[in-house]
Amino acid sequence: MSDVLILNGRVIDPVSGVDDARDVLLRDGRVAAVELPGVLKGVAAAETINAAGMVVAPGLVDVHVHLREPGQTYKETIATGTAAAAAGGFTTVVAMPNTVPVNDSVAGLNWMLDAARGSVVKLFAMPAATVGSMGGELTDFDALCKAGAVGFTDDGKPVLEDHVMRAALVAAARAGVPVSQHAEDTRLTGGCSMNAGPVAFRLGLRGMTVEAEARIVERDIRLLREIEKAEGLRPHLHVQHVSTARAMDAIRQAKREGLHVTCEVAPHHFALTDEAIGDYDTRAKMNPPLRAEADRAAMVAALVDGTVDCIATDHAPHAAHEKEQEFERAPNGITGLETALGLALRVLHKGQAMPLARVVQLMSAAPAGIVEMDGRGALRVGSFADVVVFDAAAEWSFDVAKTRSKSRNSPFDGAAMLGRVMATVCEGRVVYRG
Amino acid sequence: MVRSSKYAAGCLLSVEDLSVADVSAVLGLTTRLEAMPKVERAEILAGRRIALLFYESSTRTRTSFELAAKSLGATTTLVSDKSSSIEKGESLKDTGLTLRALGAECIILRHPASGAPFLLARETGLAVLNAGDGMHEHPSQALLDLRTILTRLGLDASLVDADSLCGLTVVITGDILHSRVARSNAMLLPRLGAKVLLCGPEKLLPEDALGLGEGVEIVRDFDAALSRAQVAMMLRIQKERLAGLELDLGDYISRYQLNGERLAARAPKALVMHPGPMIRGLEIAGDVADGPNSAIEEQVSHGLAVRSALLVRANGLGGFESVTV
Repeated sequence: MSDVLILNGRVIDPVSGVDDARDVLLRDGRVAAVELPGVLKGVAAAETINAAGMVVAPGLVDVHVHLREPGQTYKETIATGTAAAAAGGFTTVVAMPNTVPVNDSVAGLNWMLDAARGSVVKLFAMPAATVGSMGGELTDFDALCKAGAVGFTDDGKPVLEDHVMRAALVAAARAGVPVSQHAEDTRLTGGCSMNAGPVAFRLGLRGMTVEAEARIVERDIRLLREIEKAEGLRPHLHVQHVSTARAMDAIRQAKREGLHVTCEVAPHHFALTDEAIGDYDTRAKMNPPLRAEADRAAMVAALVDGTVDCIATDHAPHAAHEKEQEFERAPNGITGLETALGLALRVLHKGQAMPLARVVQLMSAAPAGIVEMDGRGALRVGSFADVVVFDAAAEWSFDVAKTRSKSRNSPFDGAAMLGRVMATVCEGRVVYRG
Repeated sequence: MVRSSKYAAGCLLSVEDLSVADVSAVLGLTTRLEAMPKVERAEILAGRRIALLFYESSTRTRTSFELAAKSLGATTTLVSDKSSSIEKGESLKDTGLTLRALGAECIILRHPASGAPFLLARETGLAVLNAGDGMHEHPSQALLDLRTILTRLGLDASLVDADSLCGLTVVITGDILHSRVARSNAMLLPRLGAKVLLCGPEKLLPEDALGLGEGVEIVRDFDAALSRAQVAMMLRIQKERLAGLELDLGDYISRYQLNGERLAARAPKALVMHPGPMIRGLEIAGDVADGPNSAIEEQVSHGLAVRSALLVRANGLGGFESVTV
């Protein structure tokens, strides 16, 4: 593989603590050198990226994407979804299992991870926790882990039954991977299409309560406690797309207690509220739904105070004809890979004075630590040559017509972004140039 | 509040589309149309095609829109979900585009999904009149209710401003949660100066209703609310939308039914209204519905008149150029 030289940039690597002018040499798919300016002068490389005025950081990692392949390739394919990831600065994504058929077998997992799918970034997958994501019988955790599973989830749905979730947490603890939970008590959310509250009342839409999310989080935390006591195991619960202050409080408390809980927040949940639905704009419909301002502010506060472990997009493409329906009928989900960094920098870095290094950590080192992926999420000698180069000061607005995704269901069309990706390098290959 | 240009002028999707001046213009036009000789009126929309697209059953709204359109000379066509390609899975967008291709210039839509008229208006670019969307709104009902109130109270029913209903208290009682009529009235009447009291049990009237706007208050005790009101609007419990909610009907009747005894004790002069369909013996006693305080049949007549004006407005006529987008 040919060498890539990234010169004159400001390297931010939260893992080694570097935040300074450095030149970077990538060789054979790995980081070969991170040196003070001048040291790498004279090194010949097949490709040179001039990163003057740019941040050079570990490639971003997204532990929550829907790539729709197999089965729904009219929405997205592994190739188009990962192209969007590369354009957003991501070098690693974790695919959710709610494909058609559900990714719940070794054969399905192998097929998804096969190079023939054409992923342009590093692809991992979390298979279903239960067969068919039906919430009953557990999948074969051991065999799936041997085949590369990095965790288990029935995402899109919760693992609802107490005894099934308990068994999933025990099996995952033995396998050394997390159970990633979509926290929604679906017994409380039938027929609901947005957040419960005054906006839902005014629009005449049935609302999902805060309680529906919090109850599952609280139940899962109780299960962790019970399993630690009874089994002597230390299961890892990862709570997906937290959207409510109440669920976040439960997570904060569980962390204080020393339980192994991690969580993610999606950019839309720290950037928007349910007011964004406006005149029934289905591009603002997702699950969990956009919440009230107090919940949005609580997500920002939890990102700032460290309760939130990472940012994840929940990239969920849908075809135009599916979103051009009555609000209650339209499917949940929005695309997010190309807007995540721009929103994080605008809302958290500019809006909350969060240091750049912390934003980078929330989107690279931290998610790479939640899901075991050795050698990623860091920019030091020996790491995978996964790099994002971005202009942290560039102000721009997102134009969904230019998306790499197959779908255009984003509420951020025309929205202000801060920080523009100039280049993305995955395992030494330049996979995107802005 | 006037919506953006995403929607054709003449749309009525929500009462929020109408400024107070727009409301006044609709009422003024209603009066003018009513006074017009039939023959002359039948020329106004001659040659125009109006589609009635109904995804839910309706008696009053459908018939009054249809009769209104015909009295103005328009050609109407009725498409219902049960006898059209909607049954075969055709989307609302495609149904709308089909009607447009057939020459419809205005679509009157009733739909069980809240917000459906916005979708239809965006996708077709046509003037869409919301004839009731899910639990959201029923704007023409609120306008006809307003005209009924103005007429029965002896106020000017052709010209209103932000103070026209000052000092008036309207109590809306019953299944507020599922009622599009309640939402439209609670958002419209306060803008003309009225106070709106919402009354019902927590299950049918969550505190979130206060978000409907200024001038809206929740009063749980019906007797207390009724004592303050000059107008009592009663609502049906919408069994089809209860979604598993369980109610003790006996208890409901004892607390919230408008019966002769309660009316005489609390508000003997109050105007009694009901958007229909009403369930006699449940939210309202038969003798009250038929009694001298009742304006229920007048509401229906005003519906025909107000809907005529909305159709003229939707077709870009009636001198609205100065007050709409």
